[in-house]
Amino acid sequence: MNEPFLTPEDIADIVAILDGSDYRELDVATARFRLTLRREGGGEAGGRWSQEWQWAAANGPAAVAVAVVQDTPAGLVAVAAPLPGAFYRAPAPGAAPFVEIGARVDGDTVVGIVETMKLMNPVHAGHAGEVVAIVADNGAMVEGGATLMHIRPHA
Amino acid sequence: MIRRLFIANRGEIALRIARTAQRLGMTTIVGASQADVTSLPAQFADEVALIGPAPSAQSYLNVEAVIAAAVAARADAIHPGYGFLSENARFAEATIEAGMIFVGPDVTSLNAMGDKLMARSVGLAAGLPVVPGGEAATPEQAMARARETGFPVLLKAVAGGGGKGMKRVDRADDMPAMIAMAMSEAQAAFGDPRIYVERFIARGRHVEVQVLGDGHDALHLGTRDCSIQRRFQKLVEEAPAPQLADATRNGLEQAAVALTRHLAYRGAGTVEFLVDAQTGDFFFLEMNARIQVEHPVTEAITGVDLIEQQLLVAAGSRLGLTQDAIRPSGHAIEVRINAEDPAADFRPSPGRVTRARWPAGPGIRIDSHIATGWVIPPTYDSLMGKLIVWARDRPAAVALLASALATLSIEGVPTTAPLHRRIAADPRFVAGGVDTRFLEGLA
Repeated sequence: MNEPFLTPEDIADIVAILDGSDYRELDVATARFRLTLRREGGGEAGGRWSQEWQWAAANGPAAVAVAVVQDTPAGLVAVAAPLPGAFYRAPAPGAAPFVEIGARVDGDTVVGIVETMKLMNPVHAGHAGEVVAIVADNGAMVEGGATLMHIRPHA
Repeated sequence: MIRRLFIANRGEIALRIARTAQRLGMTTIVGASQADVTSLPAQFADEVALIGPAPSAQSYLNVEAVIAAAVAARADAIHPGYGFLSENARFAEATIEAGMIFVGPDVTSLNAMGDKLMARSVGLAAGLPVVPGGEAATPEQAMARARETGFPVLLKAVAGGGGKGMKRVDRADDMPAMIAMAMSEAQAAFGDPRIYVERFIARGRHVEVQVLGDGHDALHLGTRDCSIQRRFQKLVEEAPAPQLADATRNGLEQAAVALTRHLAYRGAGTVEFLVDAQTGDFFFLEMNARIQVEHPVTEAITGVDLIEQQLLVAAGSRLGLTQDAIRPSGHAIEVRINAEDPAADFRPSPGRVTRARWPAGPGIRIDSHIATGWVIPPTYDSLMGKLIVWARDRPAAVALLASALATLSIEGVPTTAPLHRRIAADPRFVAGGVDTRFLEGLA
């Protein structure tokens, strides 16, 4: 890019100048960014200031495949991802999956894990019944609340 | 002379490294995963090189992929930042074999600090105090160790980590049963029954010393206190460490320099100690052979750009600084703003940040790659940014921290900011010198 950004020292200097003035806000918009410096709370000198940056090219959702949310067929219930992240069917690479189709589970049965920010979060079945479909692929990135499996609850 | 610097990292530290490298006239190349190709550091750098898919194992942790990208970009040096491959000896070797400079210490230093038991023996060889204790292969040895160190003791699994298999023993009478339990737990969890006996320090503080070395000379840039932690990860760091007796502070700094000399260390490093808050005794834990997340508090009180020092030493220069030239002034505090919900056991909270209004002004520094509208992916760690304040003394720094946190407003994802507001208002924190149990007692 080669165009130098405003450094943190530049921002501190600009705020020091503004603080000695009557201005409450400075709003600068360029082709690349918009910077808003705002006096917070009371208007007195030596007060609190905030900085808000908006970039023309803010990153979109992470460029990775995300599992499709499917409608849950009548008579079945969905097991949802507790958090967004990577869905794994087994506790470790190469290990046996927690459950297969046809498995009998109860509400506390761990049926998979979702890895979010390096933490492994267990996925519980949430319902007693039988696993009838595994919707999300092993290793897929899923949104929070995305359907991972379908369960036919016990009557 | 480094002309083209490859930054093998992401997030705020990639941006931080690029800023200094550009100021020094280097061309910066950020190695980014697919999830990060439009990130702020990737946009800020002069060039971007794709290193692989989003998962770290296939990108930021993939030695071959990073080296290949750096070679293709005609880089003459790689800065690894922190985490990822920063302390990976194989990566450092591969960088050098590919004809590039590794911005970090020699491979021998990385190996010397490779694991905690090895670090302990190197520390002893350098004449540093370590926590009394040692390995115990049998119940009889464990009992003998405990008699040497005195009760209470901690039993730890040699192969373990993360608190697993750790037991506190208060009396000799309890030892036989506790040893048997610890050994069987260690066997079950790690397939290795060996345990380790250490004196239990009830009120420990985590104090570390920033060092710089050029393979010949070594110097320190004072202390940092990082006692406020959750799950063994730091949340608040300050420099200098408050409420330390002068003898303790001098002892820590001299011990850190002694270790740096002993290793003929090249680059920036951090020597970590456990300080007994009741007695002032201190014990060497380990040395981090890289830049640390909390390095800005040291920069704030010394005026030294630690990334610049790393780059100069890596390029073969001798240290331009002397110990006398380093005159720390004032007090600095850093708080980590993480995408985590402190009200839900620090549950990670990736997602879109609909508003990021950071504080600004004299004495305030923000190191962050997250602005309004940005997305925090679930793939990497939760650090969104660091708020660093500096003032002439600690009370003024604590007041500035509270005021800056009142201004900070992040919307869209829960963050650790509300927790930091409570910490900044806690009388124990205001007084200074808290131990590692601080969060348990937070109102």
